[in-house]
Amino acid sequence: MPDLVLKGKAIKLGDNISTDDIIPGRFAHLRSNLPELAKHVLEDAVPGFASKAKSGDFLVAGKNFGLGSSREHAPVVIKMSGVGAILAKSAARIFFRNAINQGLPVLLCDTDKIGDGDELEINLTGGMIANLTSGITLSCSKMPPIMSAILKEGGLIPYIQKHRGFKL
Amino acid sequence: MGKTLAEKILSLKSYSEAKAGDVVIADVDLAFVQDTTGPLTIRQFKESGFEALAKPQQAIIFLDHAAPSPAQQLSNDHILLRRFAEETGCRIYEVGEGICHQLVAEEFANPGDIIVGADSHTVTAGALGAFATGMGSSDVAVALALGKTWFRVPESFLIELNGIFPRGVYAKDLILYLIGQIGADGANYKALEFGGEALARMTMSQRLTIANMAVEAGAKVGLFPGDKITEEFLIEHGRGDNYKPLYPDAEANYEQVIPVNLDQLEPILSLPHAVDNVRPVTRVKGVKIQQAFIGTCTNGRLEDLAVAAEILKGNKRHPGIRLLIAPASRQVLIRAIEKGYIRSLIEAGATILPPGCAACLGLHQGVLGDDEVCLSTANRNFKGRMGNPEAMVYLASPATAAASAIKGEITDPREIT
Repeated sequence: MPDLVLKGKAIKLGDNISTDDIIPGRFAHLRSNLPELAKHVLEDAVPGFASKAKSGDFLVAGKNFGLGSSREHAPVVIKMSGVGAILAKSAARIFFRNAINQGLPVLLCDTDKIGDGDELEINLTGGMIANLTSGITLSCSKMPPIMSAILKEGGLIPYIQKHRGFKL
Repeated sequence: MGKTLAEKILSLKSYSEAKAGDVVIADVDLAFVQDTTGPLTIRQFKESGFEALAKPQQAIIFLDHAAPSPAQQLSNDHILLRRFAEETGCRIYEVGEGICHQLVAEEFANPGDIIVGADSHTVTAGALGAFATGMGSSDVAVALALGKTWFRVPESFLIELNGIFPRGVYAKDLILYLIGQIGADGANYKALEFGGEALARMTMSQRLTIANMAVEAGAKVGLFPGDKITEEFLIEHGRGDNYKPLYPDAEANYEQVIPVNLDQLEPILSLPHAVDNVRPVTRVKGVKIQQAFIGTCTNGRLEDLAVAAEILKGNKRHPGIRLLIAPASRQVLIRAIEKGYIRSLIEAGATILPPGCAACLGLHQGVLGDDEVCLSTANRNFKGRMGNPEAMVYLASPATAAASAIKGEITDPREIT
């Protein structure tokens, strides 16, 4: 289960970060070698991201984060980079579900209220984000209970190992 | 209260009264993966402790994205996928058979089915009235094992199509126009449902092009009713018995109704690097291109090749460009040979690629160089999409691509035909 309270620094990104930005198709030959694949996370959009990201950092994006492909490798490599959660104004449907299935929290909120490098404290249970740098508190939109349950177990595979099916 | 197409299908398959906003567990009629998402699906399947598929005959592996494989790692992924098919008894479509979405349309999808695929363009089968949607590897792994998955029942937008396409304007122009109107995230989590009197004249090939790109507006599905044209397509493909009429209820509740008059449309393209960044071709013409690519799950069907062949017949590609053609399936290729389209295309200077995804996703068969421009009939033009973040990809119809291939620059197809 992921920690219920996460603390870290914001890395700001823009709108419409696609799955081709996160992990381009040209690296498809590395998809069965995740440590190698993860070296290329966001490399076209944020050069040097893989070496810059610190464990516990948050990706803070604009609208429609993760649009495009169904490749679950996108949240996988973001998680492998140490990112603790993704905050965005909105997230593309398949990416959103994939991230939760990987146990990577995606929180939808007004990310204009967060600046690059801001210190954030996220309460996953309450869906609240405290911006420790600015003193502003943000609330996040709620996800369906089944997604919260999957996230609570640390992802879809641990959820299925425990329940052997979906429980509504 | 009446039901939308999405509510109807999800009600039937979840044995409940599904309304928009509900979360349901529904039976899955077909689950599939392709070669770039399949290996992770297998890993997740095994890690979950599953050994057997719920419905092996309704589970498919398609080797289409790296087909044939350009790298040893991808060849090894293919070995893994073939082995899984042997172990579990699922179906497998080998290199050269075609693109997953085209084969699902030709051989499997039926009105009212639920189809999940580990590929975002799984929405293509919505053209046949199937609730078909893309998911990640973990979700498809679980759907393969359980024969079920969960869905949030989407709210629907009704796209009401009226009128007749003018000369030089095609289904691709319509869907690009719509995505421009709705925006790349305007239909996030929603169903696009197509209706209106124009459907009576809309071929299955056109419907597949339109449904294919529903995801580019963020939609979960792009649904057409099951009507006479669906029935004719199913009969033609040897499964007429699977036809059942499928229409939304007259009193169905739509979040938005978007009317489109086809008479008013003109050739349109998407500019780099966003699908919703659309402009009329007349405002972009003259941009030099180095590659034209006609194919993909969006526009690699027989009708598309017919349009391209008609424009290119007796003409030559501009000497400064590569013209790449990838038929969407083996069946499309055979029919295109029989009809003489392939000869016309080759004589015009085209390179014919094997049925599959080809150059679409930047893996092989047409990777772009720095600062090169490609006019593609595919569905995505994100930065880096065709293998190089320094390249530019424009999206348009096969007619616009063919006309532009002759001139070596973006060209209005109405000037050529």
